Amino acid sequence: MTATSSFGEIRKGVFPSMQKHTFADPTTQPFWDAARVGRLIVPCCTRCGTFRLPPYPICYACQSFDLEWVELTGLGTVYSYTVVHHPLHPDLVDAVPYLSAIVELDGTQGEGARMLANVIDCEPGEISIGSRVRIIFEHVNDDMSTPRFRLVRGDEK
Amino acid sequence: MSMKDQAAVVGVGATEYYRRGQSYPTESELSLVCKAILAALDDAGLKVQDIDGFALYASSFEPAEVAAALGVPEVRYTATTTGGGGASGASIGLAASAIHAGMATCVVTAYPVQQAKRRYGGSAVATDNGAQLTYGNAALGISSPYTGFSSNSGLLGPGHAAALIAQRHMYKYGTTREHFAEIAISTRDNASRRPKALKKSPLTLDDYFNARMIAEPLCLLDFTLETDGCVAAITVSAERAKDLRHPPVYVMGSAHGGPGRTGPLNWKWLQMAEDDLVSSGSRYPAKRMYEMAGVGPEDVDVALIYDNFAPMVLMQLEDFGFCPKGEGGPFVADGNIRWKTGSIPVNTHGGNLSEAYLLGMSHIMEAVEQLRGTAVNQVDGAEIALVTGGTSLLPMGGTLLRK
Ligand SMILES: [Zn+2]
Repeated sequence: MTATSSFGEIRKGVFPSMQKHTFADPTTQPFWDAARVGRLIVPCCTRCGTFRLPPYPICYACQSFDLEWVELTGLGTVYSYTVVHHPLHPDLVDAVPYLSAIVELDGTQGEGARMLANVIDCEPGEISIGSRVRIIFEHVNDDMSTPRFRLVRGDEK
Repeated sequence: MSMKDQAAVVGVGATEYYRRGQSYPTESELSLVCKAILAALDDAGLKVQDIDGFALYASSFEPAEVAAALGVPEVRYTATTTGGGGASGASIGLAASAIHAGMATCVVTAYPVQQAKRRYGGSAVATDNGAQLTYGNAALGISSPYTGFSSNSGLLGPGHAAALIAQRHMYKYGTTREHFAEIAISTRDNASRRPKALKKSPLTLDDYFNARMIAEPLCLLDFTLETDGCVAAITVSAERAKDLRHPPVYVMGSAHGGPGRTGPLNWKWLQMAEDDLVSSGSRYPAKRMYEMAGVGPEDVDVALIYDNFAPMVLMQLEDFGFCPKGEGGPFVADGNIRWKTGSIPVNTHGGNLSEAYLLGMSHIMEAVEQLRGTAVNQVDGAEIALVTGGTSLLPMGGTLLRK
């Protein structure tokens, strides 16, 4: 089911891309440049190897400003999630219920580089802590590509 | 020398409590805060001319405007903690520290709430001016390069973060919705005897499980009310407090803070280590607060715990040491937080969940009434009260008060 709203097209289970611009700065721009072409890259400290999100300019573990952008597989594990039933805005009535999750990314240390994102194409009963998910990027415009996740289902493993 | 017992809360006062938006347009934030301050001054036996300081949290109001409106002769001290409701209890510590340092003699703390135009709960979505995103929106002057990493997640406010934290607590420790229900039900029971409470009808477990889901695992009854109104408190030196209208309520210890990786608003962050994430974040200031006061959780007679969401009460019971970490669920299920029968009565005024949501100030008022022996749901022989602050962003905080 779809409907239109001030947020654009609304589909059940999909939180609309309300933020349409990244307001990127030099330390966040590479993430969005990669997202535009469907790739997930995350800054990693070249001194101590700690990944970090959001891409702050300095490493919280060793205070180094030196970083490299590392491409990840986009696979991850649900650390926690919520099923949002109550629309906080009237235009979200047709989007609920939707799933929002904390995802820990494969190839990182987990904490400190988690992603907060909408999990789509998934019934509320299908998700649990520990569920395996894969990132997708929704192309909003040439600036913003919204990261979302889908469950990795049995037949994809 | 620490500030232990060097200052005392001598006056508390409140406006009428209104359901969200109902104070508008007969009241304004300025009229609400002035009325609460006058009520607190009257309670103390002090006058506007005695006020010389403002110790706030979350920049709750503009002291320059309130001082001008009230006609305060000279302002000598203005400070606010950063963050949100987390430092509500600790703002009394800020007042005490100013008095102990000799920077002020009579300090006001207050938080006016009027939600006619802006709702605190749906922080990321403004509903008064159409479908606008209040962060990540250049037109509104908020365009951080970091908001894009969370704003399209569907996580829009503190309740969504509380849901994620509660879900992980359930997974990690076996906590259940029945445990959260006990907090909602016991708090409502306390409110049922309070004339000012906005919600008085008793709750059953069935009521809880029949309430509509807001953000799983949290239902409507896990959420704070939405309220308009104001509560104010007046703090002076322990010496001066002896001559005022009521017996002094001394500030034994106070602290605010939390893990440095708590981050900004938690529904945009949640990057901290597991033990800090699956918590209220309060165990760090709790430890320093108890050290300053020279007492422990076993000495506390009544706990006024910031209840923005029921699971955060459970986690604060752990973080303030009333039970071991992870055991908050069984602890409340055993009846420990009940008035009259529990080992540590919690939110005897009905809290944010059932009395009114005034960002923690009503908890300070209840602590003072308990220690004066005048509370509606009086805890017999209460000598030490704990007041805590909320859990959505740094700093969290707590204050111990004694008679
Ligand atoms: Zn490093």
